[in-house]
Amino acid sequence: MAQVTIRQLNKVYEGAVHAVKDVNLEIPDREFVVLVGPSGCGKTTTLRMVAGLESITSGDILIGDTVVNDLAPMDRDIAMVFQNYALYPHKSVYDNMAFGLKMRKFDKAEIDKRVQHAADILGIQQLLSRRPRQLSGGQRQRVALGRAIVRNPQVFLFDEPLSNLDAKLRVHMRVELRKLHERLGTTAIYVTHDQVEAMTLGDRVVVMKDGLVQQVGDPMTLYNTPANLFVAGFIGSPAMNFANVTVVGGEGGLWVETKGLKLRLPGALASRAAPLTGKSAVFGIRPEDLRVANSADPAEYSMDCEVEVVERLGSETLLDTRVGSETIVAAVEPMVAVRAREKVRLAVTPDRMHLFDAETEKAV
Amino acid sequence: MVALATSSAGGKRPAPRARLLEDERWLAFALLVPTAILLGLFIAYPFVKGVILSLTSARVGVEGEFVGLKNFVKIWNDGIFHVTVWNTFWYTGVTTVFKLALGLWLALLLNRHFRGKAFIRAFILLPFIIPTVLSTFAWKWMFDPTFSVINWTLYQLGFITQRINWLGDPDLAMTSIIIINVWRGVPFFAISLLAGLQTISPELNEAAAIDGARPWQRFWHVTWPLLLPVTMVVVLFSVIQTFADFQLVYVMTGGGPANATHLFATYAYQLGIGTGLLAEGAAISLAMFPFLFLIVVVQLLYIRRVEVR
Repeated sequence: MAQVTIRQLNKVYEGAVHAVKDVNLEIPDREFVVLVGPSGCGKTTTLRMVAGLESITSGDILIGDTVVNDLAPMDRDIAMVFQNYALYPHKSVYDNMAFGLKMRKFDKAEIDKRVQHAADILGIQQLLSRRPRQLSGGQRQRVALGRAIVRNPQVFLFDEPLSNLDAKLRVHMRVELRKLHERLGTTAIYVTHDQVEAMTLGDRVVVMKDGLVQQVGDPMTLYNTPANLFVAGFIGSPAMNFANVTVVGGEGGLWVETKGLKLRLPGALASRAAPLTGKSAVFGIRPEDLRVANSADPAEYSMDCEVEVVERLGSETLLDTRVGSETIVAAVEPMVAVRAREKVRLAVTPDRMHLFDAETEKAV
Repeated sequence: MVALATSSAGGKRPAPRARLLEDERWLAFALLVPTAILLGLFIAYPFVKGVILSLTSARVGVEGEFVGLKNFVKIWNDGIFHVTVWNTFWYTGVTTVFKLALGLWLALLLNRHFRGKAFIRAFILLPFIIPTVLSTFAWKWMFDPTFSVINWTLYQLGFITQRINWLGDPDLAMTSIIIINVWRGVPFFAISLLAGLQTISPELNEAAAIDGARPWQRFWHVTWPLLLPVTMVVVLFSVIQTFADFQLVYVMTGGGPANATHLFATYAYQLGIGTGLLAEGAAISLAMFPFLFLIVVVQLLYIRRVEVR
């Protein structure tokens, strides 16, 4: 096992597509890091450069203390799980898992021991003589994992391994993957476009967009203090509400104001927002930080909305509301007695308010 | 369903002929008839006619009478026929090996990314597109004892001091027609195998690279086994075509020198049409049948085994 260090990594494709820009990342030994972002953000390219499947335009990748820039994939001591599993269709499950060991000239007894052990961990002993085409999606996924495990590599690389599974199985395999990591402790880099996977699997999450790292942090840091508008909107489901506002002073404090909405900025946020006074900004509030107001809620932290759609999910109810010209979604208690086209007063949790500079899109 | 509902609602009954076509058995029959007639007229009839002809003593202008297997006994003892059988197998075997090897090599090269890929791929097909007789005539010039451009080139480069009589020497004549057949057949192999290669996910090769397989091992353990079903079909087609080849040999050597390059088809033609011994010619072409049949059966069984895997 080993740490992975990525320094000033760049990838420019022929035709001058700059896919990865100045990525820096320190991944300590045993950490599970998730690269997440929309398609085309450079996450898969970064992973493939670590794997050695893609050449590096500039920068360094270190596994342990070795610079691996010019090493062939086979010499990097990594194992990769592909999106489409990439199982050898003409080989049995056993041979699929044994192939990497055979190529590395392990003796038969050792190969058998490792394959049986991995099959045992993954619960696929009874499938060893089958061929990939005779397996379900979830079983293939396990075989692909098994092929990675038997090698006992320094680093696991995962390229959207769950995206071909149905929703229910994906949740199940997510838990399995997490358990597997707890058990093996191998350093892992995991690429996904699904922020839920990123949040649930990662010790740390790297959010990328347009080849640039937007923010690196543990899941709750990303959720609580997003560094910019993109991370704020990308992490969390349903997504954070945004409203274009103006920061105004008055009544002994700072306020954000737009048509139909005027909220006081709480202490700490207000002091940070002072330089923006009189300028436009983006106000953000997560749906789960809104609730239906009662008479005790102060007017400075509530707003009047018109409900457009009521979505009852069972565990919670989503109210799609309109405030002035903005759409605000609130996740409220499931049994709320509100119907579409009714007026409702929503209260915000003051210390959960976010404010972003309209120009730089950075968090205030 | 809608059409059915409206027509019955309107009270109109379909014409009797249309109702007949709604019966699947009749419809199937009607659809099969044109194909069956064509196959019967152009394949079954000539084949049966050939079998009957081979059992008679027919010659050009002479009806002949039934002579049993006499013609087959005669060719069995015919020295030229023995040479023909050997030639056909040698010709088919050697060309197939070379066509497969070169075709696979080309396919692997063409499967890489490079500039002008589409153009080169189309260009590669040229030998296959040009009518065989035309290209063979061009080759005939190149191998001509006097005007051979190949001799000229070799002479200018200093490799030879005397003319090589490509088509006059039995062994060289066979080599020449093998070269032309390979030249003509490689594009078919290359393009078909390329199509096969493109169905193999690049991820498999990447997975193998990470698994520690070197390029040659990746080819041997991943690419080749996955390409095998396509390869078998391509080889099967090629073997059938090469075994029954006619145009190329007929134009280049006419079977000569001294019958050294006769194949089944050319010898059958020479005997049957050239000398007018229709019955013997028919017997020779029919002699091809069991060999081809065997080859096809063996290969089809093998393809099935590979595909079941």
